[in-house]
Amino acid sequence: MNRIANAFDHGKAFIAFITCGDPDLETTKACVRSAVEGGADLIELGIPFSDPTAEGPVIQAANARALAGGVTTDKIFSMVKELRQNVSIPIVFMTYANVVYSYGIERFCDRCVETGIDGMILPDVPFEEKEEFAPVCRERGLAFVSLIAPTSENRIAMIAREAEGFLYIVSSMGVTGVRSEITTDIGAMVELVRENTNIPCAVGFGISTPEQAGKMADLSDGAIVGSAIVRLISERGRDSAAGAVYNYVRSMKKGITGRN
Amino acid sequence: MSNLNGRFGVHGGQYIPETLMNAVIELEAAYNEAKADPAFQNELTTLFNDYAGRPSRLYYAKRMTEDLGGAKIYLKREDLNHTGAHKINNVLGQALLAKRMGKTRLIAETGAGQHGVATATAAALMGMQCVVYMGVEDTVRQALNVYRMRLLGAEVIPVETGTGTLKDAVSAAMREWTNRISDTHYCLGSVMGPHPFPTIVRDFQSVISQEIKEQLMEKEGRLPDAVLACVGGGSNAIGAFYHFIEDRSVRLIGCEAAGRGVDTFETAATIATGKLGIFHGMKSYFCQDEYGQIAPVYSISAGLDYPGIGPEHAWLHDTGRAEYVSVTDDEAVNAFEYLSRLEGIIPAVESAHAVAHAIKLAPEMGKDRIIVINISGRGDKDCAAIARYRGEDLHE
Repeated sequence: MNRIANAFDHGKAFIAFITCGDPDLETTKACVRSAVEGGADLIELGIPFSDPTAEGPVIQAANARALAGGVTTDKIFSMVKELRQNVSIPIVFMTYANVVYSYGIERFCDRCVETGIDGMILPDVPFEEKEEFAPVCRERGLAFVSLIAPTSENRIAMIAREAEGFLYIVSSMGVTGVRSEITTDIGAMVELVRENTNIPCAVGFGISTPEQAGKMADLSDGAIVGSAIVRLISERGRDSAAGAVYNYVRSMKKGITGRN
Repeated sequence: MSNLNGRFGVHGGQYIPETLMNAVIELEAAYNEAKADPAFQNELTTLFNDYAGRPSRLYYAKRMTEDLGGAKIYLKREDLNHTGAHKINNVLGQALLAKRMGKTRLIAETGAGQHGVATATAAALMGMQCVVYMGVEDTVRQALNVYRMRLLGAEVIPVETGTGTLKDAVSAAMREWTNRISDTHYCLGSVMGPHPFPTIVRDFQSVISQEIKEQLMEKEGRLPDAVLACVGGGSNAIGAFYHFIEDRSVRLIGCEAAGRGVDTFETAATIATGKLGIFHGMKSYFCQDEYGQIAPVYSISAGLDYPGIGPEHAWLHDTGRAEYVSVTDDEAVNAFEYLSRLEGIIPAVESAHAVAHAIKLAPEMGKDRIIVINISGRGDKDCAAIARYRGEDLHE
């Protein structure tokens, strides 16, 4: 019923995050296609929010640029619809509760189904608050993706048991952004997850090099990269972002699978 | 009150990253334990009395009453507290709680700087480290408070993201908390954010209404007819309202900052112009656009310059128990000058919003009626900004 499982059914998955509308939606579309060609197994599309409290400086700045450029939730839905003409891998939204809530949770989820979105990640909706969102998603075949963090400890089992789509393992304390090293015992977290669910889990936050991605994917079912891609897009700009994303995703995918 | 699982009606909740969940759960447990512990309460009361100077005075504003010719006006003098505002009540409570939890470092957001100064003060008193996040705009508007915080040993970090005001300072402090939890307590300054903060802050501030009730009973032998307070996040207002919520005869009036007017985009009046949303850990009313993007709000008062309102206020509004009115910059500045000249009391420009509404309300009420205005802070910090507002070239 949901494409997300496909992302994990042929080896370790590489998940690419892109902020929609930075610098514009045409570039976002081109970058998504490049990421797919480069070997990405799942795309996370960030709907910009004015005050993204879980993001580090790179994605914060991308959100601000995208909003200043006039991107809106409706324009992003239109873009997804166009992308779906030739992109078949799973796509999920990553955004903040208020973006979904203000749109109307049911209306938002209906639009997701219409345009071909497979699920959503809302970093400011923890387990305790998900009942407002998750059942609406479930009724429509959308996955409401949960996160676990280095501080989750006694909460991991509870979260894993109700996980849908895939589990997002937050590798480190703090907000999104590139880190030189990840010190959390990811293996122990994954072990606890495995005791409670068969849903795949992927590690994100702080990953930027093929070596890091390989290491994280070895410990789990995949690696998620956001800030490094967003930074690449902003550095390269409209003209060369897509090519750079292709090369980068290819190298990262190679880092986690060992194949080309 | 309606406070199951941190909800006030539909408002409140815990909309925060998973990384912080165990921290707020631990905080709630520690708070409930401390609340029930007489030793904790005694220590807090001693600090309130001997350090902060409580109880604060309830002063009969005779000249203002005579000038307005209506209801009898009392001023609750939170401006006379140590550090010059009601913020110290909450901070002493939270710092004591943090210490009990084994934390050695306090972080805080600040708008006008009053909460930052209070947190820096408590940190100095208790030998804790302190980092305060302050919007870069506000560090300019409230330069003196930046110096006070540094003098007290705190590090002040100007926040340049977004609009560089209070909401951005809250976001920055929340981000820092997700980064460092084990030794750090986030000393949130208002009745907002994720549960249990709205409840904890309200409990520590409720000493205000408890005292008003006792003091007025002693002076007048009865309850007031109306209690007025300014509302940004709403901590001084909930403090002034709390013990009157069950006394249905007492009108509770929150005064929001309308900025240049509720019909302009330069406003911070959340109840007047906001809609239901989810932000900064809570469900409540927020100023936002049709896609849920948080609006860049404006008020002359840095302390009221916030796009949301605490969940308990949102609920008091829904149920009609409290009324929320809007007061413009102009009206607040007039009231700032009015109280200074008539009573020799320079109120914080935040508190001046409540004074402004009292100036409208008192003449409509009979002489046998009683209004209490919560003067949440003193206005020394605002003198330069108000002078500039009046076209005087005054710099600190």
